[in-house]
Amino acid sequence: MGKFRDDSSTKEIPAISTSSLPDIIFMLLFFFMVATQMKEVEYKVSIQFPEATQLTKLEEKSLVKYIYVGTPQPKYRGQYGSEPRVQLDDAFAEVGQIGDYIVSERSAMDEKKQPYMVVSLKVDKDCKMGIVTDIKQELRRNSALKINYAAAQRANDSY
Amino acid sequence: MSKKKRKVPEINSSSTADIAFLLLIFFLVTTTMAVNKGLSRQLPPMPEEQKEKEDVKVHQRDIFVVLVNSNDQLMVTQGANDPKYIHVNQLKAMTRDFVLNSSNDPKLPERVEQEFEGYGRAVVTKNHLISLQNDRGTSYAAYIQVQNELSAAYDEIRDEAAKAKWGVSYEEMEDEDPRRKIIRQVYPQKISEAEPKNYGGNK
Repeated sequence: MGKFRDDSSTKEIPAISTSSLPDIIFMLLFFFMVATQMKEVEYKVSIQFPEATQLTKLEEKSLVKYIYVGTPQPKYRGQYGSEPRVQLDDAFAEVGQIGDYIVSERSAMDEKKQPYMVVSLKVDKDCKMGIVTDIKQELRRNSALKINYAAAQRANDSY
Repeated sequence: MSKKKRKVPEINSSSTADIAFLLLIFFLVTTTMAVNKGLSRQLPPMPEEQKEKEDVKVHQRDIFVVLVNSNDQLMVTQGANDPKYIHVNQLKAMTRDFVLNSSNDPKLPERVEQEFEGYGRAVVTKNHLISLQNDRGTSYAAYIQVQNELSAAYDEIRDEAAKAKWGVSYEEMEDEDPRRKIIRQVYPQKISEAEPKNYGGNK
């Protein structure tokens, strides 16, 4: 015979087991640990990337060296003015110092990897080409010829 | 001795969730899903000082000159045609027309039939060259947009060629696909950037 519900007995709803909660959180944690890329440096210049559509991704992080160009952030304006400046690693630099920086970074790399070094230019979109051209000339002088103009993905083909 | 069976008390694990949460929040805060993307380019090597510059003879019809001035205005000279002021959204179509020259216009680069390994015969404008010149006062955003349009034109051409040949567009191919390399050889990006000069207006 089938069972019938006994209305007279009030059953308690069992508490939801939370024993799997740590596992779920750990899963999320691992995802973020893997996806996280610690900021390479502290930005001392403010950079807004220009937008483009034909982007290529830089795969191997160890091959990429960065040069940042933009107007100094407000707290540094007093000292460095508001004209676009170059930042290498954690410090402001002159365009002339890029050569030394590239050479020292390159010699710190594995010898086999040296020819594949890529310089990523992270330049603010409101900068003028003058400073970018100077940097490019400096890179050419030090034969760091593979470059990448960092840009953000544009959603659609709007202008 | 009396054998006592004692139950080992279970370790209370109710706080692991909290610990994990703490770590999770830390990583959430420090994460910057950084955009490590951009337009990749190869710079030309610096010419050696003593070396006399070899003048490569280039026909007027083979070069496509793109000038960007300090007000971010564009002027292009498409082959032997007269210079024109254009908006940046016309640039892709013009570049395409120039590189392909499908109408066999005598003012646009000469089409030559060539044999490519793994691709077969193709009619391409072998000697075409795109010359990009900008002013020191050109804004970086405008420059990137021009670079982007030029790449877009090439990518479109490659897409079409790959589709016609293999039924797969260039974009859809895997990165390691050898056909990508072949297509790049058939339609190489020939963008040359001139040595910096000053064009009008000091900004």
